[in-house]
Amino acid sequence: MSGVTMNEQLVADGAPQAVSGLYQPRLPRWAPAALALGAAVVAIAIGLGAGLGSRVQWGLLAGVLYVAATFVVAARVEGRRQAKDRLATSLVWVCFLIAVVPLVSLMWETIARGIKVLDGNFLSHSMAGVLTIQPGGGVYHAIIGTLEQVGIATVIAAPIGLLTAIYLVEYGRGRLAKAVTFFVDVMTGIPSIVAGLFVLSFWILMMDNGYSGFAGSMALAILMMPVVVRSTEEMLKLVPNELREASLALGVPKWRTILKVVLPTAIGGIATGVMLAVARIAGESAPIVLLVFGSQLINNNPFEGAQSSLPYYIYEQWAAGNEASYDRAWAAALVLIAFVMILNLVARGIARWKAPRGGRS
Amino acid sequence: MDITPATAAPPPLGAAPAPAGQKATTRPGDRIFLALSRGSGILLLVIMAAIAVFLTVRATNALSHNEGNFFTTFEWSANSTPPVFGIAVLAFGTVVSSLIAMLIAVPVAIGIALFISHYAPRKLSTPLSYVIDLLAAVPSIVYGLWGALFLVPHLGGLYSWLNDYFGWTGIFEYHDGAARSLFTIGILLAIMILPIVTSVSREVFLQAPKMHEEAALALGATRWEVIRMSVLPFGRSGVISASMLGLGRALGETMAVATVLSPSFEIGKSLLDPGGGTFAQNIASSFKESGEIGKDALIASGLVLFVLTLLVNGAARLIIARRKEYTA
Amino acid sequence: MAKRIDVSGLNAYYGAHKAIDDISMTVEPRSVTAFIGPSGCGKSTFLRTLNRMHEVTPGGRVEGKVMLDDENLYGPGVDPVSVRRTVGMVFQRPNPFPTMSIFDNVAAGVRLNGGRVRKDELDGIVEKSLKGANLWNEVKDRLNKPGAGLSGGQQQRLCIARAIAVEPQVLLMDEPCSALDPISTLAIEDLIGELKERFTIVIVTHNMQQAARVSDRTAFFNLAGVGQPGKLVEIDDTERIFSNPSVQATEDYISGRFG
Repeated sequence: MSGVTMNEQLVADGAPQAVSGLYQPRLPRWAPAALALGAAVVAIAIGLGAGLGSRVQWGLLAGVLYVAATFVVAARVEGRRQAKDRLATSLVWVCFLIAVVPLVSLMWETIARGIKVLDGNFLSHSMAGVLTIQPGGGVYHAIIGTLEQVGIATVIAAPIGLLTAIYLVEYGRGRLAKAVTFFVDVMTGIPSIVAGLFVLSFWILMMDNGYSGFAGSMALAILMMPVVVRSTEEMLKLVPNELREASLALGVPKWRTILKVVLPTAIGGIATGVMLAVARIAGESAPIVLLVFGSQLINNNPFEGAQSSLPYYIYEQWAAGNEASYDRAWAAALVLIAFVMILNLVARGIARWKAPRGGRS
Repeated sequence: MDITPATAAPPPLGAAPAPAGQKATTRPGDRIFLALSRGSGILLLVIMAAIAVFLTVRATNALSHNEGNFFTTFEWSANSTPPVFGIAVLAFGTVVSSLIAMLIAVPVAIGIALFISHYAPRKLSTPLSYVIDLLAAVPSIVYGLWGALFLVPHLGGLYSWLNDYFGWTGIFEYHDGAARSLFTIGILLAIMILPIVTSVSREVFLQAPKMHEEAALALGATRWEVIRMSVLPFGRSGVISASMLGLGRALGETMAVATVLSPSFEIGKSLLDPGGGTFAQNIASSFKESGEIGKDALIASGLVLFVLTLLVNGAARLIIARRKEYTA
Repeated sequence: MAKRIDVSGLNAYYGAHKAIDDISMTVEPRSVTAFIGPSGCGKSTFLRTLNRMHEVTPGGRVEGKVMLDDENLYGPGVDPVSVRRTVGMVFQRPNPFPTMSIFDNVAAGVRLNGGRVRKDELDGIVEKSLKGANLWNEVKDRLNKPGAGLSGGQQQRLCIARAIAVEPQVLLMDEPCSALDPISTLAIEDLIGELKERFTIVIVTHNMQQAARVSDRTAFFNLAGVGQPGKLVEIDDTERIFSNPSVQATEDYISGRFG
């Protein structure tokens, strides 16, 4: 009680002195929820009244109303500092909601629309003999393409990436190591379409090879290498130096120390990094457009002739522009997301399971 | 190079065979292993150099045939004779859509990152950061499909409203029709880069030293004041570099843009009306109809994109490196 | 200025784990009270309950009463932010804000609390606080330099200046000298002697000589075993605790027989 009066006095004189009362008038705990509800109701009312067509607008309106109302109410009851604090809190919450809406919608649409034509037939058939306006057909050829292209890319990129990381962590001193570190960073930022253009220019245009899954694999490998280097590097750095020294002190040569002591300690994290990199390139479509060309048919040979891939298939079916092909595009998107998510979850599972202990308390 | 036994012998104390005080590279196993790993590192450098060289060679070929001005021509007729093409429209579209994406995504990402690091109840924040990381893995073509078939039809209302109230500015003029415009691309790119910017910023915010937060709290700071005094100053450079990484992604994004944008080779006054193009989108969209010179012309535009992303990423790395020095 | 602290029946938890059990004590105004005891006995936790910093730790929870004169810090409607303004705190490791100058560090709390403060008024507060922390002469020529550039002891005194600038009633110190060299420690101890003219001071320390040197009253905390909550064994005049404690465990601890 006395606290309230003191605080009022403070507001009255605007004195910069510390408050001696411990009591601050606070909004009740239910206030934010009530304000949010009120803002939503008013927004809907305005939306209906003014005939705003887009639900997005209703949401934006509700958000603005909520933030404004919270600030005004808090400023009146609790004072300016608390009002600012509440303003920040409500802005942070609004940000969170703004972000959640599209991401949830993306997931929802993909699942709801994708499930329609997704069945055994869809997974086990190609588009051979199916007109794009016809329903039916499937993604079998695209799955084969994706698996082969991603597999070859991994076989190329993983060892190179791993060895580069070992070089950087275990041997890397001096200029070369610095240059490699820098260019690995630069390489991480290369747009996938540029990697595609590079392979196009030297493999197809200059060396006169045809379009093939392998050409796509090379571009994917370029995209994958820096990711593998980075994550492996992080993992190797987590291996405590004592382990290396213990092994070296036993007279074990350095290369065997790396192979037998360092790598096994970090293997969980390395595997996680590689799988995350695989998940990343499995969704790449731009290089495929340039290098693999796309096909309706099953082509099991990645080294000869056009192939398809899941991301490319989605693009192609979307471009066909009719209901039947849209259905196939959504179904393929669901398959692709499921594939990528499973890779991600497995990768994180491994990371949890084999995490090197002691890095954190 | 059979000096191995000779140099291994000198340390006379050596009961242990370990080559103490000499380079490990003298053992054959070590030599091979070092050669392999150093070779891999060098290979990466060679690839980077090759990318620059090959793109430049092909681009030069295209430019030598170009009848237009590569930087100012508003046209892309690389397959006609004589070929005429210029990147003005593409550069404009790429930069504008990426900037819109940044304007939307960065504040929201900072908000979500703070939400996860300082506001959300712990039970919520761990799964939430997990979900954000997963979303970063959603393939861009799926964003494209969603953008074209869901987002575009739902933006018409918002755009009409913007036209009603802000149409006078010119850039928010909107004539009915599918909202397959640069602004839509900006929104879509914002959604796409949100996860990456968020997760990098979150990491930085979580690293803010607890003792400074406690110092602010003990002075009687509210939660927001704690963040302003001890978290944001600490995280500023991290957020900047996270944004640059996001910008790099937005600049190079291909399939999502190619799926959603309705391209044209002009710079429209309005951002809401369809038209425009980006480097990556133009490469993917025009590739199949391109002949030899046409492909080389696309490679030339890809080279510009390459340089642009190099600059942005380089700047991001510089900022991160500076921060490391600062905190160490 | 200074107020009396009256704790009764205080329990503190980390999640399900009870960290301190049923503590009651009185801390006299304008005096220095030292908390001693073995590691993990809950003395730092207890200190942090006195300005409601304990609940900042995830899972941190408090039961009981802490009366500051006649107001309960844990009473309904009490604002923890106001509590922390009234009960200042100095931490184990000096923690000046790294991005702020010396001046801004001292002014930080005042700026938070007062909104707009006139420049000359602020100058006065900063000078007074730095003088109060015996730091003014060392830094008056470089007030605009970053606080992180000072030595450890100077940084800790800067933190004390920052804490007293907002004119708290009570000053809590959590092992303020444990990260400092002997000379800086001496400077801080001298400072504590001066500050008790104006503030109620509570200090946690591992160093028993320090407790004996600076404090008027000493509280000894102990725990029954690993995983058990910490308890207050006894609190008495420092002289008595160090010469003739009433509990055997206190004497054992002070004479170095355990802990």
